[in-house]
Amino acid sequence: MFSSDNWQEIFQTIKKNKLRTFLSGFTITLGLLIFITLLGLGNGLKNSFNQFFMDDATNTMFIFPGRTSMPYKGYNVNRTIQFKNDDLTDIQKNFPFYLEYITPRIFRNGTVTFNNESNSYSYVGVSPAHQISEKTIMMKGRYLNDLDVKEKTKYAVIGRLVEKDLFKDRNALGEHVIINNTAYKVIGVFQDEGGDNEERRIYIPYTTLQLIEKNTDDINQIVLAYKPELGYAGAMIFEEKLTKFLKEKHEIAPDDQSGVFIRNIADNMNDNQQLSGVLTLIVTFVGIGTLIAGVIGISNIMVFVIKERTKEIGVRKALGATPFSIITMILQESIFITLIAGYVGLFLGIFVLKMIGDKLEDYFILNPYIDLGTAITATIILILFGALAGYVPAKRAAKIQPIVALRDE
Amino acid sequence: MIAIKDLHKSYKMGSNVLHVLKGINFNVEEGEMVAIMGSSGSGKSTLLNIVGMLDLLDTGSYTLDGVPIVNLNETKAAKYRNKFLGFIFQSFNLINYKTALENVALPLYYQRVPKKERDEKALQYLTKVGLANWATHLPSELSGGQKQRVAIARALAAQPKVLLADEPTGALDSTTSYEVMQLLQEINDEGKTLLVVTHEEDIANMCKRIVQLKDGIIIEDKKVNQVRASEYV
Repeated sequence: MFSSDNWQEIFQTIKKNKLRTFLSGFTITLGLLIFITLLGLGNGLKNSFNQFFMDDATNTMFIFPGRTSMPYKGYNVNRTIQFKNDDLTDIQKNFPFYLEYITPRIFRNGTVTFNNESNSYSYVGVSPAHQISEKTIMMKGRYLNDLDVKEKTKYAVIGRLVEKDLFKDRNALGEHVIINNTAYKVIGVFQDEGGDNEERRIYIPYTTLQLIEKNTDDINQIVLAYKPELGYAGAMIFEEKLTKFLKEKHEIAPDDQSGVFIRNIADNMNDNQQLSGVLTLIVTFVGIGTLIAGVIGISNIMVFVIKERTKEIGVRKALGATPFSIITMILQESIFITLIAGYVGLFLGIFVLKMIGDKLEDYFILNPYIDLGTAITATIILILFGALAGYVPAKRAAKIQPIVALRDE
Repeated sequence: MIAIKDLHKSYKMGSNVLHVLKGINFNVEEGEMVAIMGSSGSGKSTLLNIVGMLDLLDTGSYTLDGVPIVNLNETKAAKYRNKFLGFIFQSFNLINYKTALENVALPLYYQRVPKKERDEKALQYLTKVGLANWATHLPSELSGGQKQRVAIARALAAQPKVLLADEPTGALDSTTSYEVMQLLQEINDEGKTLLVVTHEEDIANMCKRIVQLKDGIIIEDKKVNQVRASEYV
């Protein structure tokens, strides 16, 4: 069945029937090319989606103070709630089971000067854990550490664009910048995938900021992370308990909705994951659709090919070809063509994705890719169906009595 | 060589049954050259197809070279056809994308003869029909008579016991027809058994025996003095 003689016969048929070979091969190549390109672009879309919405750590909660909307325990309505350092330590003390890390955030805006260059930036008093929650990536130097917080050092970690604006091509590390009349030593430069705004920030120890601002212990916001193993349900319970704790501590009415706010990324996460799931579904649907179109295409061509060869099959049978040898001949030929064409399609598709690369980033397609397993599975499916599509009419043709096949004009 | 007893064959045409062969008794000895004649619809082609195992009989018996042809499935029929029979068709039935040589070699391919030997033999038979110089030409580059001679070489290549020719000259002009008949007579002279279906009187007279068919039965079966085709060429 796989003798070289047999293959010679097949190669000859392929070589002498170029149009037919081209048509069946082209269907497969095109099918795979479209399949891989579409799926790759779909994945690219998902990539940029994930990048937009999952920039920050996903197990994070933000706590903002607000104003009360109900009188409670002798306090008036419209009282401003102010978080203080002891809120941090109290949360740490009361929720060790849930808490992974906690950091305050104190946002300020100010003029930042280096030599003659100056510009307005937001600077943030934080503790070291803030690096994890923002997924801040250090380009050079280091982030703030616990010692900086304890010693209230005048150190600053500046964003990539701050360095670019103020220092031009010079290295900012070790230089001093002046933020609102106080000099800070630059100990690190960071980048952040959150966008330009987040790269125009400066981080300093929150204790230093408090010291400079008349030695208060006020805090703007609290950012904390729960242990990821708690999952979505655990996060919800934590959020509930935390709200209750903070309301009691600051003497806010239990059903006052505006005393403190907790924004839980897990809520967004759930929506995001659903949207991402829909994207996956669409991509899969398009992929399967393309494959089916390819299978139908190759089936049509196989039916046409065998119709065209009916007479030849009759002649061969009159000369002593068994039905088995007819079927093997047609199958081997079609599998050979689809195999080569499939390989070409696979190669072309991956090549096209590579060529696209990040060129379509403006159209929200980032790093389009297809994992090789999916691509190969698709190739095998097309080859298999190509063979099956050939087998059915081939079997029928092999069954036709030669006299009928010979009469076929 | 061929022994047929009480052969019946009918075709279903929708709800009607067309009784084509109504009890044929017919023997052919080795080395004979028999013409089967009859008007169209007389059943002559059906008879040839059954002898050629291209079609199945309904009732009766058929023995070829001592082998009873029964329970014929497609695979078995293919083997017998390859071993016992060579076909010559009115419309030549050459494979159009194969050269003359490759067409002649095709039955040998199905006998699993190695490629080199196959090509040697095919060339030998092409030489025999006088077309050695045309070996590498495609059928589309050959004239009708040349095509039929390639077909005859192909029928001979498998060294069959019997050659079956269905209107071998039907698509040819008379000069070419006589050339083809001359070739067939030469093949017969070498001892090959030939069955020729024709409706042309002069072609039939170039055989050694004429069987007349009418409405599915043999009405006449006579030996004739063979007219040598070479007289006309």
